[in-house]
Amino acid sequence: MTDTSEEHQPEVAAPAEPPTMYGARRADVYGQIVLHVTREQYVPVIKQLLDDGHEMCIDLTAVDYLAFPTRTLPDGIVAERFEIIVNLLSMGARRRVRLRVQVPGDDPVVPTLFDLYPGTEAFEREVYDMFGITFTDHPDLTRILMPEDWEGYPLRKDYEVGEIPVQFTSPNPGHADRMEPRP
Amino acid sequence: MTAIVDTIRGGSDAPQGLKARSELTARELMREVGSVLRMSEADVAKLGEIPVDPSEDQTMIINMGPQHPSTHGVLRLMLELQGETVLRCKPIIGYLHTGMEKTGETLTYMQGGTNVTRIDYVSPLNNELVFSLAVEKLLGIEDDIPERAVWMRMLLSELNRMSSHLLFLATNGMDLGAVSMMIYGWREREEVLRFFQKVTGLRMNHNFIRPGGVAADLPAGWRDDILRLLDLIAPRLDEYDTLMTGQPIWRERLQGVGVVTAQEAIALGATGPILRGAGVPWDLRRDQPYLRYSELDFDVIVGSYGDAFDRYAIRLNEVRESMKLVGQILDRMPGGIYRIQDK
Amino acid sequence: MSKPNGPGEKSFVQGLLDDGMGGLQHNAITARIEDLVNWARARSSWPANFGLACCAIEMMATGGAHYDLARFGMEVFRASPRQADIMIVAGRVSQKMAPVLRQVYDQMMEPKWVISMGVCASSGGMFNNYAIVQGVDQVVPVDVYAPGCPPTPETLIHAIETLHGLIENGQLLKRRAQTGAGADVHVEAVPAGDAPVQVLLGTR
Repeated sequence: MTDTSEEHQPEVAAPAEPPTMYGARRADVYGQIVLHVTREQYVPVIKQLLDDGHEMCIDLTAVDYLAFPTRTLPDGIVAERFEIIVNLLSMGARRRVRLRVQVPGDDPVVPTLFDLYPGTEAFEREVYDMFGITFTDHPDLTRILMPEDWEGYPLRKDYEVGEIPVQFTSPNPGHADRMEPRP
Repeated sequence: MTAIVDTIRGGSDAPQGLKARSELTARELMREVGSVLRMSEADVAKLGEIPVDPSEDQTMIINMGPQHPSTHGVLRLMLELQGETVLRCKPIIGYLHTGMEKTGETLTYMQGGTNVTRIDYVSPLNNELVFSLAVEKLLGIEDDIPERAVWMRMLLSELNRMSSHLLFLATNGMDLGAVSMMIYGWREREEVLRFFQKVTGLRMNHNFIRPGGVAADLPAGWRDDILRLLDLIAPRLDEYDTLMTGQPIWRERLQGVGVVTAQEAIALGATGPILRGAGVPWDLRRDQPYLRYSELDFDVIVGSYGDAFDRYAIRLNEVRESMKLVGQILDRMPGGIYRIQDK
Repeated sequence: MSKPNGPGEKSFVQGLLDDGMGGLQHNAITARIEDLVNWARARSSWPANFGLACCAIEMMATGGAHYDLARFGMEVFRASPRQADIMIVAGRVSQKMAPVLRQVYDQMMEPKWVISMGVCASSGGMFNNYAIVQGVDQVVPVDVYAPGCPPTPETLIHAIETLHGLIENGQLLKRRAQTGAGADVHVEAVPAGDAPVQVLLGTR
């Protein structure tokens, strides 16, 4: 799903001061709080969120926006190839916060969250395995899903799906293009 | 074929294995013990008391799985044992990695349901529900879903919760040596699956809950089927209590085993019965309600010790809660259309 | 079964009824030893549990009370491949699982058979991508394919019955002996009196 949700959101009349939270650019999308943080802000902001009662890291994943550099982002946020996405939950406030970190394709390195949320150990290994993004100071950054000697990072957009052409032909000419193996 | 087999045999995942103690540096060992405790390395260091190393001839490293009767095929554990005590454990996963994310990239929203229903194949309808809710939110049509579709979704998810928990009870019994429990659990699960087959045409992987509503209306006579189901399963759950809950062997094998504290569960991001077993009353149906759960009356089952027995008891009682919910949904099921008519 | 030879002779059933086991003494069952062996093999084949995904759930359901696989002598799912005759590959086989699958197959004793349960095991199914082996027959020789996603217990029982038929007529093993397919276990004929029989594993 390459089209981001922001695209369909009507632009809010620009206030004098862009909304921020913990010093990070804040955008509210579909009733969710989204914080755009830089790689330098990443760990400090999450540390603050943890101290403020966001005790659970529900998910940490990544997106490869290789073919979609023109996606809508708040002013001042430069689109990069990868984004790390972190979902935090505060059970007391019943609130979820999503963080988006722009990670350049030629330097895919992010600090680890393992010391804040031990549960992210497996998430970060998965992101490393699937996208080739390295997490500094991660205790055991090895492949988790693919075999250890696998080459390439399967969920990158320039990685082939790995389809084997199917030998069926469609009885319906209108759908013939679906049956063709993708180039 | 020979070449393919050779290539496959040549494949190695040795670095994912568990090394002998003598090959490990102190730091690596500390990290592995830390990963068992699921604490950060810093916290382990703070503990200051790393368990006294047993000498290597007293311990044994064994590989459990991925083909093992109690792993059901797809989990591998590297274990260091001293007698019957597990000192270290390293789980190795990925044996069922299906590349669904990559396949999903090329599917349309309507095709996506076929993909996601196979993610957690014991609760396919709940997967479809999550996917449909997300798509509807992205399209901005979440308020346009017909009432009947919403209540049908709730009915089916609660029934699916029942069949999923019954499967847990059956296999949990089987893995612990109470093999007859498997027969009991499957007997009740079949009853639920029969209803699913009547509604969706399939026993599993239904692709029935779709963006915009559900695929078809409930069949004639569904109300009687549900009433029969509820009448049938309630006394059989009491049979489980006789068979397992009060049984000394069962309690010995579960109580105090695999304890997860509330702090650990939260730090690890655990949800569902694992979190509730640790005593945290967190249930999305109550705390961040979706569909019409806020209008229904049910209890959140919470454990107190965080051990395997709590997790078993929570699931058993959640089946009862789901039956309560199904009964309420039955009374309030509205009429009308079952999917958005805007094509 | 022998039939009454003359008007004075008792029938088989009458002989049993009148004289008990003694009535059997003039009767005999004759069959080729191969047929008897195949008959016995078909009726006591034990499956190795190799449950992988959705199909494994249906496989367990087949073993449950309602479908009752015990009717076909198949209820004893063996965790050890050494004790199993039939491997039911139930579910999608990932690239990471393929070597494990082959190893378990190699550990099974001859004669052995494979049922590929479900479309994922048979052809990769809807998951035509990098992670899934496109057909388990690339890894192990498959005797019967059960279609479906997942196959219902009825389909699995039909597949098992089909396999039992194939085992019983013995053609599978004959063909395997000719083509050298199977797990590559070669037992060389050694003249009587010579010390141990040589068994070569996994050479080709």
